[in-house]
Amino acid sequence: MSSLGVNGMIEWIVIILVLFGTAMSLLSSFGLIRLPDVYNRAHATTKSATLGILSILLGAFIYFSFTHGVSSIRLLLAIVFVFLTAPVAGHLVTRSAHRYGTPLAPISVQDDLKVLYDQQVVKDEQERPVDADN
Amino acid sequence: MFNNIMLLAMFLLSISLIITLYRIIKGPTIHDRILALDSIAYIIIGIVAILSIHLNSHAYLETILLIGILAFLSTIALSRYMERGVVIGRKRND
Repeated sequence: MSSLGVNGMIEWIVIILVLFGTAMSLLSSFGLIRLPDVYNRAHATTKSATLGILSILLGAFIYFSFTHGVSSIRLLLAIVFVFLTAPVAGHLVTRSAHRYGTPLAPISVQDDLKVLYDQQVVKDEQERPVDADN
Repeated sequence: MFNNIMLLAMFLLSISLIITLYRIIKGPTIHDRILALDSIAYIIIGIVAILSIHLNSHAYLETILLIGILAFLSTIALSRYMERGVVIGRKRND
C-alpha cells in the first residue's frame, strides 16, 4: 500500500466501506439462519443486505473514480437500481407469503392483516362468476 | 495489504454465501427459499464488485447490473407465481 497522501487515504476509505459492507452481509446471513419465521428473515435480509451491498458498490465507485479517473455510469446505475429494487422485492416476497398462508412463528402475538385479507378473499369470490362469464 | 484485505472480504462473503445455501436446502417453506435466492444474488453482486477492485479492472461492472436485474425479475416472478398461480395476469373486468 502506498503511503502517498491522497491515494493512501482513498484506499483506507475503500477498505472501511468494503469491510463494513461485508460485515453487514455476514450479519444478514446469520439473521437468515437464526430467526424463526419467514417474515423475520425477510426483515433481516432485505434491510442489511441492501445497506451492505450499497456500501460495497460505493467503495468500488470511489476506488475507480480516484485511481482510474473513470466515474463509471454503470456502477452508479447499479447503485440506484439495487437501492430501488431490493426493498420492493422483499416486500413482494412477504406479501406473497402472507397471502399464500404461511403461518407466523408461534412466538408472534398479533396478525393485523388477517382480517383484511379474509375480507378480500370473500370479495374476490363474490366477483369471480362475473369474470368467468367474460 | 490492500489486495489482502480485498481477498479477506471475498472470503467472508463466500462464508455468508454458504450460510445462505444452508437456508435454501433446509428452508421449511418456499418463501424462505425465494428470500435466500434473492440474498444470494446480492452477495454475488458484492463479490463481483470486490473482485473488480482486486483485479484493478472495470470490465466486470456490467455483470453487477445484469445480476441485479435478473435477481429482481426472478424474485418478482416467483413471488407472483406463488401468490396467484400465474406470472403475467391481467384484470378482465374492464
